[in-house]
Amino acid sequence: MSFSVLGTGMYVPENIVTNDDLSKLVETSDEWISQRVGVRQRRIATTETAADMAYEAAKNALENSGCRAEELDLILAATVSGETASPSVACMVQHLLGADCMAYDISAACSAFIFLLETAAGYFARKKVRKVLVVGAERLSRIIDWTDRSTCVIFGDGAGAAVLGEGEGYLDSTFTVRGGDDVIKIPNYIGSSPFYRKEAEKPYIHMNGQETFKYAVNAISADVRNLLERSGLALDEIRYIIPHQANKRIIDSAAKRLGAAKEKFFINIERYGNTSSASIPIALDEMNRSGMLQRGDKLILTAFGGGLANAACLLKW
Amino acid sequence: MIHEKLAEIIAEHIDCDPSEIQPDMRFEDLGIDSLDITEIIMSVEDAFSIAVEVTADLARVSDLTAKIEELTAEQQA
Repeated sequence: MSFSVLGTGMYVPENIVTNDDLSKLVETSDEWISQRVGVRQRRIATTETAADMAYEAAKNALENSGCRAEELDLILAATVSGETASPSVACMVQHLLGADCMAYDISAACSAFIFLLETAAGYFARKKVRKVLVVGAERLSRIIDWTDRSTCVIFGDGAGAAVLGEGEGYLDSTFTVRGGDDVIKIPNYIGSSPFYRKEAEKPYIHMNGQETFKYAVNAISADVRNLLERSGLALDEIRYIIPHQANKRIIDSAAKRLGAAKEKFFINIERYGNTSSASIPIALDEMNRSGMLQRGDKLILTAFGGGLANAACLLKW
Repeated sequence: MIHEKLAEIIAEHIDCDPSEIQPDMRFEDLGIDSLDITEIIMSVEDAFSIAVEVTADLARVSDLTAKIEELTAEQQA
């Protein structure tokens, strides 16, 4: 016993920030950002918190699945950019939905959505739950250095969610952690302890772009190959590969290394930028609602990011 | 020898003839940006079975050739 996806939902702020808007803040251009990252616009929150966006995405997912908040047995959420260390985003979603179930967050940066699915699968396997809500929500605009042109052009805000029910849709998964902070790091606010002597780092996303690129391309190629090999499936039998939307060039390069047609990969980064843990559930919701997915389709979700942690799973829709 | 193999990798990446890739050419002048260099380095790692750190001092084709020579020599030592 694992689970099937019963429904999906997403929420993005109304406020659209284009590359031209950013070129007024830092020295950059639409051409540079489009070529290097593949983003044309992103949604940036003006009043919403990560928890607010998580709640809206969750509401949409519940509606799409035909499931009521009271039926939920577990809410799992992920964020690296939530406004509060406590309560967790999951607890706030539980509160706002009026649900009465266990709720907690899992920290695994951009790969977190697949960690949520894996954790949920364990509860289903032990028959502890019948309905689970998983949600990734990010207000990355809070932890971006808006004077750093190499990072502020990449990210966006948003949330994506899915409702899971008993089923056999979670076929396999793979997880790799190469712990360390030399490639990607998001320091927290250092605090004001009069006793702490360490120098403060800016509480923004720090990233070695080229090393991240290399790591990400290798992670996607290795994880997809691994899942195909273990399942005995050919790439042709996979309807879509849904990658974490980090950078279009990463996805293109991974597709080339896998010998896959670019069309095999779902890409929407041009409209939302990199939304970290929200990017895969947002993609799933767009695909689901536009009728791209048929029951029985085999999908590979693949993600990578801070940790460093990468993960992928094979899903039967 | 190393240059020829590297020229093939670069030529495949930017879709041109390997003979057009000269040692003193700047990556920038070949229309190769930092992410292209990273991709080229990944192919170099596969082709030469070495691990190349992506550094900012790789401006010309010859810089990368020198780096490969250094790393393959280290490996053989």
